Amino acid sequence: MTEAVVIPMEHGLLLAGILFLIGLLGVLVRRNIILILMSLEIMLNACGLAFIVAGAHWGIADGQIMFMLILSIAAAEVSVGLGLLLQAHRRFGSLDIDQASRMKG
Amino acid sequence: MAEFTFLIPLLPLTGFLILFLTMGNLPKRLVAIVGVGSVGISALLVLFTAVEYLESRQAITATFYTWMNVGGFTPHVAFYIDGLTLTMMSVVTGVGLLIHVYSSLFMLDDDDYSRFFAYMNLFVAAMLLLVLADNLLLLFVGWEGVGLCSYLLVGFWHEDPANGAAARKAFIVTRVGDTAMALGLFLLFMHLGTLDIGPMTAAAIATWPDGSPTLTIACLLLLGGAVGKSAQLPLQTWLPDAMAGPTPVSALIHAATMVTAGVYLIARTHDLFLMSPIALHAVAIVGAVTLLMAAFTALTQRDIKRILAYSTISQIGYMFMALGVGAWASGIFHLMTHAFFKALLFLGAGAVVYSLHHEHDIFKMGGLRKRLPVAFWSFIIGSAALAALPLTSGFTSKDAILLAAYESDWYGPVFWGAGLLGALLTSIYSFRLVFIVFFGEVKTEPTEPAGWIMAGPLLALCLLAVTGGLIVIPVAEVFPTVTGTHHNQTIAIITPLVPIVGVFIAYLIYLRHSLDVSSLTNSSLGKVLTKFWFSHWAMDWLYDHLVVRPYERLAELNQKDIVDWIYNFIADVTWFLHDFSTQSQTGQMRTYAGVMLLGLVLMTGIALGVSIQ
Amino acid sequence: MLELGLFYTAATISLVSTILAVTRYNAAHALIYLIISLLASAIIFFLVGAPFAAVLEVVIYAGAIMVLFVFVIMMLNLGSSGDVSEHVLLKPGMWVFPSALSLVLFVEIVYVLQSSEHILKGAVIGPKAVGIELFGPYVLAVEIASMLLLAGLVGAYHLGRRYLVDARQQR
Repeated sequence: MTEAVVIPMEHGLLLAGILFLIGLLGVLVRRNIILILMSLEIMLNACGLAFIVAGAHWGIADGQIMFMLILSIAAAEVSVGLGLLLQAHRRFGSLDIDQASRMKG
Repeated sequence: MAEFTFLIPLLPLTGFLILFLTMGNLPKRLVAIVGVGSVGISALLVLFTAVEYLESRQAITATFYTWMNVGGFTPHVAFYIDGLTLTMMSVVTGVGLLIHVYSSLFMLDDDDYSRFFAYMNLFVAAMLLLVLADNLLLLFVGWEGVGLCSYLLVGFWHEDPANGAAARKAFIVTRVGDTAMALGLFLLFMHLGTLDIGPMTAAAIATWPDGSPTLTIACLLLLGGAVGKSAQLPLQTWLPDAMAGPTPVSALIHAATMVTAGVYLIARTHDLFLMSPIALHAVAIVGAVTLLMAAFTALTQRDIKRILAYSTISQIGYMFMALGVGAWASGIFHLMTHAFFKALLFLGAGAVVYSLHHEHDIFKMGGLRKRLPVAFWSFIIGSAALAALPLTSGFTSKDAILLAAYESDWYGPVFWGAGLLGALLTSIYSFRLVFIVFFGEVKTEPTEPAGWIMAGPLLALCLLAVTGGLIVIPVAEVFPTVTGTHHNQTIAIITPLVPIVGVFIAYLIYLRHSLDVSSLTNSSLGKVLTKFWFSHWAMDWLYDHLVVRPYERLAELNQKDIVDWIYNFIADVTWFLHDFSTQSQTGQMRTYAGVMLLGLVLMTGIALGVSIQ
Repeated sequence: MLELGLFYTAATISLVSTILAVTRYNAAHALIYLIISLLASAIIFFLVGAPFAAVLEVVIYAGAIMVLFVFVIMMLNLGSSGDVSEHVLLKPGMWVFPSALSLVLFVEIVYVLQSSEHILKGAVIGPKAVGIELFGPYVLAVEIASMLLLAGLVGAYHLGRRYLVDARQQR
C-alpha cells in the first residue's frame, strides 16, 4: 500500500454524486417513513464519501474528521427520527408520510 | 365704536355656545335670560352704531383680522357698515328681539326649550354676520349658517318624520341655490381677483364692458343663489312646507330675516347688476312672476300658516321686482315694513293656533274676534299693512314700488300691472283670512288667551306696522337715485285704490256672503283652477316628475352598484389568486422536498451558466 | 492497478445495492441492501488511504445505526401487511418526475467534474494523524458533536417513551 494509488478523484466524486442522487430519489419517491430515513442515510453516506475522497486528494486528515462529524450527526438524527417515526405510527396508525398533512392550504 | 362691532354677531353666538354647552341642564328661566338677553344686548349695540352712523353718514369698515392669504387672495374678517347694513341689522335685531321675547312664553311648555333658543341665537349670529360682511366670502359663511339654522329649526320637532322631511326639503332646495351662488363667486373671483365689495366694483368696471356675457352669467348665478334663499321662482317650493317648524321660527326666519337675505345680496351687489341689464331684467321678471303665482295660490289655501307663507313669497316677489326696475331704496324699505307686518301676522297666528290647541285649518275657526282681542287687532293691523291700505307702513312701501315700476324704461307698465293685480289678490286673500277666522260663528272654542309676554311684542309690532312708513332708511347714499319723476297722476290715484277694492270684494264674499262665487268655483273650470292653484301651479308635481322620479329610477337601476362591482372585482381577483396559490401548499413532505430539488437544480444551472460566460 | 480495479468493483457493488435498497417493498430487505452498500463504501475508504474512516463506517454506521433501524422494524412488527401496504404506497409512475430532476442534476455534476483531472496522491492517513487533528484544531467541534449526541439521546428517549408505555399497556 505504499506505491502511488492512481484512483482519479473525479471518479470518486462522481460516485458520491450518484449515490447522493439515488438517496434523493428515495426520499422523494418512497412514502414509507423508514425507507425515507434510510434514503437520508444514503445521502449522508454519499457526502461522507465525497469528504474522504477530497481529504485523500489533499493528503490531510480533515476529510476523515469531517466524516466523523457527519457520522455523529447521522447517529443523532436517526435516533430522533426513529422516535418520531414511532410517534407517527402511534398517531396515524400507518407509516405513510402523506398522512402528516395538517399544513395543507 | 367700529372696533366694537364685532360684538354684534358675537353676543348671540356666545348665547348659542352657552346654551349648547350646558345641554339643556339650565333652568328655563336662565335659558330665556341668556337667549333673549344676548339678542337684546346686540340690539342695543346696533342702536349705538346707528346713532353714530346717522351723525356722520360715513361708511365704516372695521377689519378684525386676515382670514387667509392664499396666492394673492386675502379675504379679511371685516365688517362694512353703511346705511344698508344698518337697516338690515336693525330689522334683524329689533324684530328678532321681539320674536325672542314672544317665544320665551310661546315655547315654555316644550322640553327642548334650551335647544330652541340655542338654535335661534345661532341663527341671529349667522344672519348678522351675513349682513355685516365686508366681502362675499364672509357673506357666504353667514349664508350657509342661516341655511343650517333653518334646517335645524324647521325640523325642531324631529320625532315626527314629516317635520324632518320638510326640513330636508328646505335645505336641499336652498342648496341648489347655494351651489349656483358658489359658482357665481368662483366666476367673480376668477376674473376680478377679489371678493371685497368695494374693490370688486372697481375691478369689474375695469375688467368688463357693460353687458359683458361673463358678468351677466356671474350675476345670474348670484340671482340663482338669491332665489333659493328667498323662495322665488323656481326654488320656492320649500317655504310652504317649512311651516312645519314652530311659529316663532316661521316669523323670524321665513318672514323677516332669512328669506330677505337674497334681496340683501342683490342690493349689496347692485353695482354689478347695474352693469348687466339682462341680469337686472331677470331679477324683475322673477319677482313679478313669483308674486302673481304665490298670490293666486294663497287664495285657495286653508292652513293659516300656509296662507301667510305664500303671502311671504309674494311680497318678496315685490322686493325683487323693485330691485329689478331700479327702485333699490323702495325694495329695501318694503323689506323692512314687510318684516314688521309679517312677523306681526305670524306671531298673531301663533297666538290663535296656541289658543285653539294647534288647529291650523281656518275653516274650523271662526268668531274669534271677541275671544282673542289682541290676536284680532294684530291681524287687522297686519293684514291692513299687508294689503297696503292707506295709513299703514305697507302702503308707503308698496306704493313706492308700484310707482317706480310704472316709470321704469323696460316694460314699466307691464310690471306695474302685474304688481297691481298682485295687490288686488293680496288684499282679497288676506282679508279672506281675517273674515273667516275672526268673524262668523265660533267653530272651535279657544282657551285662555296668552299672557303679556306674548301680547307685548304683538303690540310693539302693531305700532311699527302702522308707523313704520314714517321711518326714512338711510340708504340714500348707498344706491343710485331713480331719475325721471314725471308722475302720471292717474296712476298715482289708481294705485292706492285697488287694495281697497280688494278688501271690499273679500268683505262681500266672506263676511256678508252676498256675492256668491260658489258657482264659479264649482264649475268644471273652477275646480281645475282651484286644484291647480292650490298645488301652487303644480310645482311640487313638476319637480317630483322632473327630478325626484328619474333619480329614484336611476338608483333602482344601479342597485347592483357599478362602483361596488369594481371593488368586488378586485376582491374576487385576490380570492382567485389565493385559491390558485394555496394549491402549492400541499402539506406533503415529499412535495416540499421535490420543490427544493427543483430549486437546487435551477440554481446550480444558473451558477454554471454564469460561470461559463 | 489492482487498487483501481478494486475501486471500480466496490463502486459498482455500492451503486447496485443502493439502487436495490431504494426500490424494495420490504423494509428489512432494503435495510440489508443498505448495509451492503455501506460495506462497499468502507472498502473504498480503505483504498483511498483512510483506514480509520473505513473502520468507523463499518463499526458505527453499519454496526450501530443500521442495527437501530432493525430494532425499530422489529418493534413495529408489521408482518406481511407492511408489504401489502407498501405496494399501495409505491407506484411505478411516481419515479418519473424525480428521476427527471435527478438526471438534470447528474448532468450538471458531470459537467463540473469533467473540467478537471486530478489523481489522488494515495498516502495513508492513519488514526494517529486523525487523533492529533481532532485534539488540536478540531477540539471544539468534538465538544459540540458530543453535545449534539446528548441532545439526540434525550430526544430519542423522550419520543420513544410514550410508545413503549402504551405498547406495554396494550398487552
